[in-house]
Amino acid sequence: MKDVLSLVAKRLGLGFVTLLVVSIIIFGAVELLPGDLAEAILGQAATPETVKAMREELGLDRSAPVRYVEWLGGALQGDFGVSLANKRSVAEQLGPRFRNTLFLAAVAAAFSIPISIVLGVLAALYRESVFDRIANVATLTSISSPEFFLGYILILFLSVQNPWFPSISSVTGDMPFTERVFVTLLPAITLTLVVIAHMMRMTRAAIIALLASPYIEMARLKGEPRWKVIAVHALPNALAPIINVVALNLAYLITGVVLVEIVFVYPGVGQLLVDSVTKRDFPVVQACCLVFAATYILLNLLADVGSILSNPRLRHPK
Amino acid sequence: MSTFAIVFYTLMIAASCLAAYYHRREAFLVLFSLTLASFLMGLLGGESWLRTVAIAIGLFFACAGLAYSFREFLAQTLPRETAKIMRNAPLTASFGLFVILVYVVAAVFAPVIAPHGEAEVIGSSYAPPDENMLLGGDQLGRDMFSRIIYGARNTVGIALLTTALAFLVGSLTGLMAATLGGWVDQTCGRVVDTLMAIPQLVFALLLLTIVGTNVVNLILVIALLYSPLVFRLARAVAGNIVVMDYIEAARLRGEKTWYLIISEILPNATAPLVAEFGLRFCFVFLAISALSFLGLGIQPPTADWGSMVRENATLISFGEVTPLIPAAAIALLTVAVNFVVDWMLHLSSGLKE
Repeated sequence: MKDVLSLVAKRLGLGFVTLLVVSIIIFGAVELLPGDLAEAILGQAATPETVKAMREELGLDRSAPVRYVEWLGGALQGDFGVSLANKRSVAEQLGPRFRNTLFLAAVAAAFSIPISIVLGVLAALYRESVFDRIANVATLTSISSPEFFLGYILILFLSVQNPWFPSISSVTGDMPFTERVFVTLLPAITLTLVVIAHMMRMTRAAIIALLASPYIEMARLKGEPRWKVIAVHALPNALAPIINVVALNLAYLITGVVLVEIVFVYPGVGQLLVDSVTKRDFPVVQACCLVFAATYILLNLLADVGSILSNPRLRHPK
Repeated sequence: MSTFAIVFYTLMIAASCLAAYYHRREAFLVLFSLTLASFLMGLLGGESWLRTVAIAIGLFFACAGLAYSFREFLAQTLPRETAKIMRNAPLTASFGLFVILVYVVAAVFAPVIAPHGEAEVIGSSYAPPDENMLLGGDQLGRDMFSRIIYGARNTVGIALLTTALAFLVGSLTGLMAATLGGWVDQTCGRVVDTLMAIPQLVFALLLLTIVGTNVVNLILVIALLYSPLVFRLARAVAGNIVVMDYIEAARLRGEKTWYLIISEILPNATAPLVAEFGLRFCFVFLAISALSFLGLGIQPPTADWGSMVRENATLISFGEVTPLIPAAAIALLTVAVNFVVDWMLHLSSGLKE
């Protein structure tokens, strides 16, 4: 057990270091601007005086490492500075949007994880059959389609031709839960279609890889039914790769929302990020990137820790 | 019940019975479950739904037939060795090959095929389709059809260029890291780990904010972000090759690192790298389309599928399908490439299952 703890601790430490390096990259990228931030904001027509005033306002007269430490310290306390476009606090804009994005990702995960695992197990159970082949082609197709294509198809069929769902997911803070889920349904289905393929294929592959092992053959020779061989004997041993792929896809869900949020005009972090990129609003872009990257790294970390914990060979190393 | 519904159900049931009679178990299962599904659709949505289902089934069989005849055509015309491989190819692969061929023709002969110029305004905005403009006009009154044809050239061309660049950088550094080992390997590995720790689309958005959005920057940024994945594969493949005896022999002969990489390692690493090229192309293509869709990639007036979807998206709320056509063009090409890559991976792995 002690070995596992040290393994997990090592992995967590590595994740922390990665996060630190990523924050340096996100901060440093803006420093790479030709000229500096003040010149980039004001454009070429600015007089030296206005540039100087802007520099002082942004605190650019101090050295980069000092500003980085300040920025990171602020970010850790939830203070990401002030937006350049509307002078409002970045954290104030980011907070509710981040909750919305998490909500969308959670609804999508609630659909996609059970469906894809069941489909993956079924595809492994009936492999090389019609069902398996159709599932294979269908998942390849949905993996290959851009998110906006799937999203617009859903809008066309489920909200324009048959007015069942709203095509614009305007979520507000005081909405009752069921209505909120209803409004989020179309973007959530789009995301589900995108991630389901990967998870299902990995589940299928993980189970099929196990089916050649002797203990599965033994179970089959005992005369157990096929579903029992897979559900009772193969599935528990395939958990490690499945946990891994689920966590990776959750990470993808959090970041893959950008396009879906734009299509459905969903008020989340992705939309804020794209808006700020077009406005070149650097503090907001940095904050959004940091939030996305942190979530991504955290979920990847969870995937690794999960696969360490679910693998007895890693739990009890020789 | 209308005549259409009666004819449709009769055909479906007859086809299922035929399949059952000739003991084609799988075909029967597919056909009969389709029949049952269309019963349900007919009950739920009436005839309009049934027509959609019929069109979808018809399209599916048309694609399958096309793939079948194209495979047969290739098997008849190609030299014997390739023909043998072709004959055993799955239908999906020949379908993919056919689609890729169509795209290549469209891209190469775009000015000949397209009836109008790329940025030529010829009608009113959102003009309905007529014989002059096959798919109608876009938001500025340019011909949709011509722009889709030109889009094959621009979007696919830029994606190919980006993938090639990412490949050049990624595979060369990967092979170099594997051959040299030591601190070069370690440094490259850590840099790649960090680059991959940030979600690609988000990182691309950050970098594009800083360097500004134009085509050259787009190509460079995306190539930079996708080369780590190539690096990983190249490093892993080459890692297994550098421990071989013939590499040791070449080293003892006193060959230079460059010679080792180009003449000894690269030829043995081509197969996985080619398959990886196809896969990476799909991801790069999707990423560029996504950025163009967000208005941050390929800039107007260049015809590009991603931005075309965005520009005409308002039409969807009026029940028009035209904005979906460029999106479908993106999806179709990615699906086709994926099908072919799947087949190539299957071939190179030598798996029979």
